[in-house]
Amino acid sequence: MTSDIAAILAIDGIATGAVYALVAIGTVLIFTVTRVIFIPFGDIAAFTALTLAALDAKRFPGTGALVVILACLATLIEIVSLMRAGELRLLPRALFFYLALPLAVVGLAWVTMRADPPLAVRLVLALMLITPIAPLLDRIVFRPIADGTVLLLLTVSVALHFALVGLGLLFFGPEGVRTEPLTSLSTEFAGVLVSGQTMLIVIAALVFSGLLYLFFDFTLVGKSLRATAVNRTGSRLMGIRPARAGTIAYLLGSLMAGVSGILIAPVNTVFYDSGFLIGLKAFVGAIVGGMTSYPGAAIGAVGVGILESFASFESSALKDVIVFSLLIPILIWRSLASLHSEEEIEE
Amino acid sequence: MTRFQIQLVSMVALACLAVAPFVLSPFSITLMNYIGIYSLVAIGLALLTGVGGIVSFGQAAFVGVAAYATAWVSALNGYSPWLGLLFGVALTCCVASILGVVTLRLQGHFLSLSTVAWGLAIGFLFGNVEGLGRFNGISSIPPISIGSFALVSSAQIYFLIWGIVAAVLLLGYNLLDSRLGRAMRALRGGNTLVESLGINAFRIKLVTFVIAAFLASLSGWLYAHMSRFISPGPFDAGMGIEYLMMSMVGGAGSLLGGVVGAAVVTLLKNSVQDYLPLIAKGASGQLEIVAFSALFILFLQWARQGIVPFVARFLPKIKRERPEPAAPLPRRAQPAPGELLLKVDGAERRFGGLVAVNNVSFEVRSGEILAVIGPNGAGKSTMFNCLTGALRVNKGEIVFAGRPITRDPQSRIAKAGIARTFQHVKLRPRMSLLENVMLGTYARTSTGLFASAFRLNQREEASARHEALTQLERVGLGEKPFELAGNLPLGNQRILEIARALAADPALLVLDEPAAGLRRQEKLRLAELLRSLRSDHLTILIVEHDMEFVMSLVDRIVVLDFGSKLCEGAPAAIRSDERVQEAYLGGVA
Repeated sequence: MTSDIAAILAIDGIATGAVYALVAIGTVLIFTVTRVIFIPFGDIAAFTALTLAALDAKRFPGTGALVVILACLATLIEIVSLMRAGELRLLPRALFFYLALPLAVVGLAWVTMRADPPLAVRLVLALMLITPIAPLLDRIVFRPIADGTVLLLLTVSVALHFALVGLGLLFFGPEGVRTEPLTSLSTEFAGVLVSGQTMLIVIAALVFSGLLYLFFDFTLVGKSLRATAVNRTGSRLMGIRPARAGTIAYLLGSLMAGVSGILIAPVNTVFYDSGFLIGLKAFVGAIVGGMTSYPGAAIGAVGVGILESFASFESSALKDVIVFSLLIPILIWRSLASLHSEEEIEE
Repeated sequence: MTRFQIQLVSMVALACLAVAPFVLSPFSITLMNYIGIYSLVAIGLALLTGVGGIVSFGQAAFVGVAAYATAWVSALNGYSPWLGLLFGVALTCCVASILGVVTLRLQGHFLSLSTVAWGLAIGFLFGNVEGLGRFNGISSIPPISIGSFALVSSAQIYFLIWGIVAAVLLLGYNLLDSRLGRAMRALRGGNTLVESLGINAFRIKLVTFVIAAFLASLSGWLYAHMSRFISPGPFDAGMGIEYLMMSMVGGAGSLLGGVVGAAVVTLLKNSVQDYLPLIAKGASGQLEIVAFSALFILFLQWARQGIVPFVARFLPKIKRERPEPAAPLPRRAQPAPGELLLKVDGAERRFGGLVAVNNVSFEVRSGEILAVIGPNGAGKSTMFNCLTGALRVNKGEIVFAGRPITRDPQSRIAKAGIARTFQHVKLRPRMSLLENVMLGTYARTSTGLFASAFRLNQREEASARHEALTQLERVGLGEKPFELAGNLPLGNQRILEIARALAADPALLVLDEPAAGLRRQEKLRLAELLRSLRSDHLTILIVEHDMEFVMSLVDRIVVLDFGSKLCEGAPAAIRSDERVQEAYLGGVA
C-alpha cells in the first residue's frame, strides 16, 4: 500500500465515517433520553435516500403512504389510551399532533411535487417526509413499554428494524438508487483529489454536531432533554414530560439520520435494506463513546469509517466481518470502563 | 398433580408423537420436523435467556457453524454424517467457549449487543469464505444413516429429531432441578447474590452459554442432513431473532415453552405464507416479515410472560412430599469459642477524593455478636462490602480464620465460611423457600453437570434438601417449605435469607442492616433468632444503624463516623460515650 492509496482510503473513510457519525449522534441522543437503542436509525437514513431518489425521478415517494399509515395507527393508539385514562379532553391535541400534522406534511409534499421543485426544495421535502416516522414509531411501539428494561427495549428495537426492512421493500421496491451529487466541485488536499461531496459530508457532520451542542447547552428544551437523560423521575417532578422529551429526541435524531441519508445517496448505491449496516456501524461508533458521549460517538463513528475503508481494500468480502468482530473488544473495554451498578432482571 | 400423573401425561404425549408420522400427511411431518429442529435452539435459549437472563441474538450463528461443519465433513470430504456430528458439536462448543470467555463478563445490554456483533460476524463469514460455497451454499449433503439404513424421507428422520428433543427435555428438566440448575436459576438475581453463595457466577454463565450452543449445534446437524442443502440464509441475524422470539413466545424460562414457541411460530409462519398472498398479491414475502415483527412487538408489549407459564397457572399445583431425613452434609471445622476469627487491620477505601472508610481496625472473636454502627454516611456499608469482597480495600488487610482474604473474590470469601444477608433482600421470588435455602448448600455439595442431568447423585441431593429443611425449621419457617419466596412478608424474607446463609454452614454470619424496614414485632423475633444462634456458638457481625435493636442484643459495638472508627466497647459504655451521642444527636450544647 503506497502513501497515496493510504491517503485516498483515509479520506474515503473519513467521509463514510462522517455519515455514520450523524447517525451515531442520533443513536446516542435517543438512548440517553429514552434508554432505547434505536437500531432502525439506519433504515431512516436509507429511506431518506430512497425518498430523495423518488422525488428526483418525479415519483411521489412511498414514504408518504408510510407516514399516513403510521399516523393513523398512532392516532388510533393515542385515542384508545386517552379513553382508557378518561382524558378525552386532550383529544383535539392528540388529533393535531398525531394525525393532522403528519398528514399536512404529506399533503404539502404532494402539492409541491406538482410544481417540479428545484433540488433544494426536494431536499427539504425528503427531510420533512422522513422526520415524522421515528416519533410516530415511538408512540406506537415504545411508549407502551417505556418503563421496561434496556434489554426489552433493545429486543423490541431489533424486531422493529426487521419490520421496517419489510416495509421498505414494500414501499420502495427492490431497486437500488444513487442520486445526483449535490456539488460537482472538487479540490486538491495534501496531493489527493477530494470531491466536493466528501467535503460536504464532513462539513455537514461538523455543522450538525455543532448545532446539537448549541441546542443542548443554550436552549431550555435542550436542557430539559439532558435532564430527562440523567433522571427520568427527577425531571418529571420538575415538570418535564419524558414522553415529550422522547418525541423531540426522535425528531432531532431522525433529522440527523435523514441528513446522513441524503449525503450518502450520491456516494453509495442505497437499497431498501442498506440501513441495517449503516445503523449498526453507527452504533459501533456510539458504543465507543459509551452510548453517552456525543464527541465520543462521532470520533468512534469516524474510526469505524476509516477501518472499514482500509478493511475493504484488504479484503472486500470480509470487511463487515472485521468491523463487527472489532465490536467485541470495544464492548469489553466499555464494560470495564463503565462501573455501573448491576440491575436485577425483571421476573 | 402428583409425580405419577406428570409421568402419565408425558407418556401420553410421547405416544402421540410416536404415532404422528403414521397419521399425518407428508407435508405435516416435514413441518413437525422443522418444529423439532427449531425447538432444540429454542430450548437452549430458554435456558440461556429465560433461566440465566442472558439475551442472545446470535444463536442462529451456532446452528450455522454446526451445519456448515457437518456439510464440510460429509458433503465436501465424503465422511460419515456421524463424524460430522462429532466435528460440528466440538467446533460449535469450542467457538462458544471462546466467545463466552471473552464476552460473558460484560454486563446487561452490553452482553446482548456483543451477541449481535458475533452473530453478524459469523453470519457474514458463511457467505464469504471460499470453500464453503459462498452464497450458493453446499448441496448434496448425504442423509444420516443408522447402520445401513438411511434416513431419507421426512417420516424416517422424524423419529431421530423428536427422540433427541424428548431426551433434551428430560435431561434439561433434570438439570434445572439440581445443584447446578439452581445456580443457573439464581443468575437473574445478579452477580452479588450468586457470588455471595460461593458460586462462581462466570463459570455458571459459561456452562449455560455452552449448553445453549450445544443444543444449537444438534439443531444445525439435523437441519443440514434433513434439508440436504445449506446456504447462509437460514443462519443470518433475522433467524437469530426468530429463535429468540420462539423461546419468548413459548415462555422464557420454560423448557417446554421452547417446543411450544417453536411450534406456534412455525405454524403461524406457515399460515401467514398461505394467507398473505390472498391479501396482497406479489408482496407476501415482505409482508411476512412485517407481520411477524409486528406480532412479536405486540407480544412483547402485552404478554411478555409467554404461553406455557400462562397456561400453567390454570393447571393443578404439583404436590410435593416433605423431604425425608437423610445423611447430613459434611460440616466445616468450627473455630473454638473466643478464638480470633476476623481481623480488620487499617482498612481504607476511597471513592475518588472521598475516603469512605479511613484506617478502620477491629477484631471479631468466635462466638460473639459484634455490631458495627454509625449514623448515615458513616461508611458502614462500604466496610461491609469490603468484608464480603464486593469491594476491595485500597489499603490495609483483612484476615479471616488465619488467612488473608483482602484480595479474594466474593465467591472465595463465601466458601471460606463468611455467609451474608442483604440490606435489600435478594431472594429468588419464583423459587420455593426450600430451593432458596438449598442455594446456600451449593458450596458444600459437588454434583457436576453430567451427574445433574442424568440424576446420578440423588443421595447428595437428598442430603441438601434435608439440610435446607432443617435450617428452615431452625429459623421457624419450616411449615410451608414449598411456598414461593416472593409470597413472604418482608420480615420473613429477611429470616429466610438467614436460613439460606445458615445452610452454607458458615463460621461467621454477616448481616447487612437486618432490622431495616421491619416492624417492632418482627424486630423482636429477629433478635430472638439471633440470640438462639449465638447460643449455638455461631459468630455474628451486624452492620446496623438501629441503636435500640443493637443495644439489647450484641456483646460489643464498633462505632464508625465519617469513615473513621470513633470508639469500640460494650453496649453500656457506648451508650454513655459522649462522642457517640454527639455523632448521633449533634453537639451537646
